Amino acid sequence: MRERLVVIGNGMAGTACVEQIVKYASRFDITIFGDETHVNYNRILLSSVLAGEKSADDIVLNSLDWYRQNDIRLRLGVRITNIDPAAKTVTGADGATTSFDKLLIATGSSPLIPPIDGVSKPGVYVFRNLDDTRALLDRAHAGARAVVIGGGLLGLEAARGLQIQGCEVMVVHLMETLMERQLDSVGGSYLKARMECLGIKVFLDRSTTHIFGDTCAEGVRFKDGTEIPADFVVIAAGIRPNVELARTAGLEVNRAIVVNDCMETSHPDIFAVGECTEHRGICYGLVAPLIEQGKVLAATITGNKGQTYTGTVSAAKLKIMGVAVFSAGDFSAATPGNDVVRFEDPALGVYKKLILRDNRLAGLILVGDASDSHRYMDWLESKTDLTDKRRNLLFPEPVADCGLDVAELPQSRIVCGCHGVTKGTIVQTIQERGLTTLAQLKECTRASTGCGSCSELCQHLLKAVAPQFREEKQKALCKCIPLNEDRLREIVRNERLRSVQQVLDLYGNSAGCAVCKPALSYMMDMVWCGAHQEDRSARFVNDRVHANIQKDGSFSVVPRIRGGVTSPEELRRIADVAEKYKVRMVKITGSQRIDLLGVQKSDLPAIWADLGMPSGQAYSKGVRMVKTCVGTDFCRFGVQDSIATGVELERRFENLFTPHKLKMGVVGCPRNCAEATVKDIGLVGQDGSWQVVVGGAAGKRVRKADLLITVESSEEALQAAALFFQYYRENANYLERSYDFVERVGIERVRRDTIYAPLAVQQGLRERLRRSKANSKDAWLEGDRPCHPSQFVQIEPLPPVLPLERVP
Amino acid sequence: MTRIETRWVPLTGCENIPVREGRAIDVQGQQVAVFNLGHKFIAIGNRCPHRGGPLADGILSGSSVVCPLHAWTFDLTDGRVKNHPESQACLVTFPVRVEHGIVSVELPAPLEDCGAKPASCDHRDRPVRWVLRKEPSPAP
Repeated sequence: MRERLVVIGNGMAGTACVEQIVKYASRFDITIFGDETHVNYNRILLSSVLAGEKSADDIVLNSLDWYRQNDIRLRLGVRITNIDPAAKTVTGADGATTSFDKLLIATGSSPLIPPIDGVSKPGVYVFRNLDDTRALLDRAHAGARAVVIGGGLLGLEAARGLQIQGCEVMVVHLMETLMERQLDSVGGSYLKARMECLGIKVFLDRSTTHIFGDTCAEGVRFKDGTEIPADFVVIAAGIRPNVELARTAGLEVNRAIVVNDCMETSHPDIFAVGECTEHRGICYGLVAPLIEQGKVLAATITGNKGQTYTGTVSAAKLKIMGVAVFSAGDFSAATPGNDVVRFEDPALGVYKKLILRDNRLAGLILVGDASDSHRYMDWLESKTDLTDKRRNLLFPEPVADCGLDVAELPQSRIVCGCHGVTKGTIVQTIQERGLTTLAQLKECTRASTGCGSCSELCQHLLKAVAPQFREEKQKALCKCIPLNEDRLREIVRNERLRSVQQVLDLYGNSAGCAVCKPALSYMMDMVWCGAHQEDRSARFVNDRVHANIQKDGSFSVVPRIRGGVTSPEELRRIADVAEKYKVRMVKITGSQRIDLLGVQKSDLPAIWADLGMPSGQAYSKGVRMVKTCVGTDFCRFGVQDSIATGVELERRFENLFTPHKLKMGVVGCPRNCAEATVKDIGLVGQDGSWQVVVGGAAGKRVRKADLLITVESSEEALQAAALFFQYYRENANYLERSYDFVERVGIERVRRDTIYAPLAVQQGLRERLRRSKANSKDAWLEGDRPCHPSQFVQIEPLPPVLPLERVP
Repeated sequence: MTRIETRWVPLTGCENIPVREGRAIDVQGQQVAVFNLGHKFIAIGNRCPHRGGPLADGILSGSSVVCPLHAWTFDLTDGRVKNHPESQACLVTFPVRVEHGIVSVELPAPLEDCGAKPASCDHRDRPVRWVLRKEPSPAP
């Protein structure tokens, strides 16, 4: 009979260790007890789930299949309440007793709840597991005020996640420095500035005494009597190892379960791993040490004793996009004999500090730029003598050959901290399996599937090792700025860049060109919902003068005629304008609009004034028009009011910019007279319902639009259209028409991210659309109030002497 | 050898040409495009050699301009086409100087007088105002 191994704890440490154990031999009959009801997932990524970047499924580390394939009995939702070391049994909360030959304790830790009055009130949350995360996601909504107690790694990541969900977030920290266990006070102040730049308020040196509120949390009160109101409170004040089981079982326990270098406890058949252990006086709370411990323990428990665990250089990394923080080793500079090498630039928000002892790196802090953390980690772990590198410690000479950079890494160096994958493993896997892409590498080694911070290093390894490496790159915006648009949007948001020139100066070649400037102009407007710094020099001429340039340098003027419904009076004015300004052609367009062609730039303001109509935006990468059929008012077949709905649709979206031009159509019956099924957004009326269709085209190519949803009322149809509209605005690349976008993303995903998205996501889309709309205006108002005195004026040369100039 | 007569023509105040934009100015039938590069002004003939596009309406890319019609790109410092190597076309460039906040260009003569040309559009019905220019601002 095989030996029975019982594992208490189905978290990262325990399961990673079991993964190692089953690699040795199948000598064990394994049972894993998990208190939570989920398979093993990547706890580090809970902040990404909270931020909506990943779903619960995305962070699963071991699927049910894995347990099944390895013949592991998994008992989820069963909390072990007792260990009997003499009888060698464990008892679960369900009363069942299980015998073991070997026992592995991997109970992890629990949130530390500080002594605060009112912590048990409804509306007070912790952030430790998937259920906590789901509860927070349910609670978080746009505009909700959240107070996070704790300014450590977890607290800050939770704060950012909640903020991304639309909450107004305040972080309250007991100490004077954020992340004081990882940073010094200067580093902490740089981090605070970054967090505040993201819009998260930080209160330091505040001791919370009360969580007040009648029936549920309504705010927090501090020792000094001041208060902050809040809709809910999150406690992220640290962790406490779960050691009660071990203690009552009589194992040696200090702060946590004491283990030796072979990961054995004081009982010969009981082992422990992870956050619940104390090794050489240290309790680790980060993932890399747990993985190393697991490897040693697997060797020990399977009878391959020999490997020892001697401790890990602690290293911490904050996983908030745009807020690079990395810290490792001992950074207290106070010890005599330490050299401190520092660099800081408040304007860039970059702070780097290296602590050297006897010319060897003892600790480091990086804030604002952690791109070279792996090199420092290497120096730290290998205790490299840095005497001959002293001149280039903080600014190493650039490595022209990325293979060299990779070659310097030792084989045993862990590249992926989330999964404990070493450089050696990666190189070996690439060679043995003939891998060529990062996707394959991820699949085979799981490297870079966790937090993703090592993906660049993995790419470099592939490049250096794989003979036919194919770089998977999203297209950079243009040669001026070597980043793709997804990344740029992230940067613009995180760094709060509000002007095109700022982006070009910081991330590009400063000059920009006719490709990136309009694209960035759009991005600024979209990201900041119109509250950006408009720079007309970065706009195409059409958007400088709000008319469409023609082959001879003249312009065309198309007034807005919503839904294509006009009046004799309006037509008369149009006719008068056409005559007065000798318009060379008056044309009815394919979009049911009237185009006045051949107008001089300097005449535009006067023409707009005479027309007395808003801009039809027919020159812009923006909302063009809604084409409608006659609908129920006159048509014998109309079953829905296409005109009123079409006019309303146009009114809701008009004056907004989109990644490319956006044409819409609304028809009152499936005969589809206004061709709604070949528009970017179409509403097709049926008896008693509307079909909302998206991604149609009738241009260079013809594409029938995809059905987004069928709804009953006009308002619901308009709401669904609004979700898609804003989703397209936020996610498409510049100059990507809706039909290319829908094909690239896939209509299923579009539905999932819009009409079937969680309520908070939908509200976010609606709210940003509302803000953009509130900040938009009819461009032709600039006829009266030009944004620059010479915007429309034909400048005349000055008379030779008189210092006078002509102004219209 | 014939010597080409030139003259300096004051065009407009610096403030009339926004940074990183251009403006077209009609000097007695000669269309001049003046650009404000931030650190200096540059003047060229306002006609793209490709299809006659108004270069003053183009987007600037450093010290190059992109024609708004078909994106032909020209280096403003020497007038050369940058993205159509097969083309021998070249822009006319004019020397520029800035004095007392006024941009002037050196254009070829012969022209009898340097007075301002009347407005080219005859249907302006809005009143034309003449105002004193603001204090001349130094060239950026």
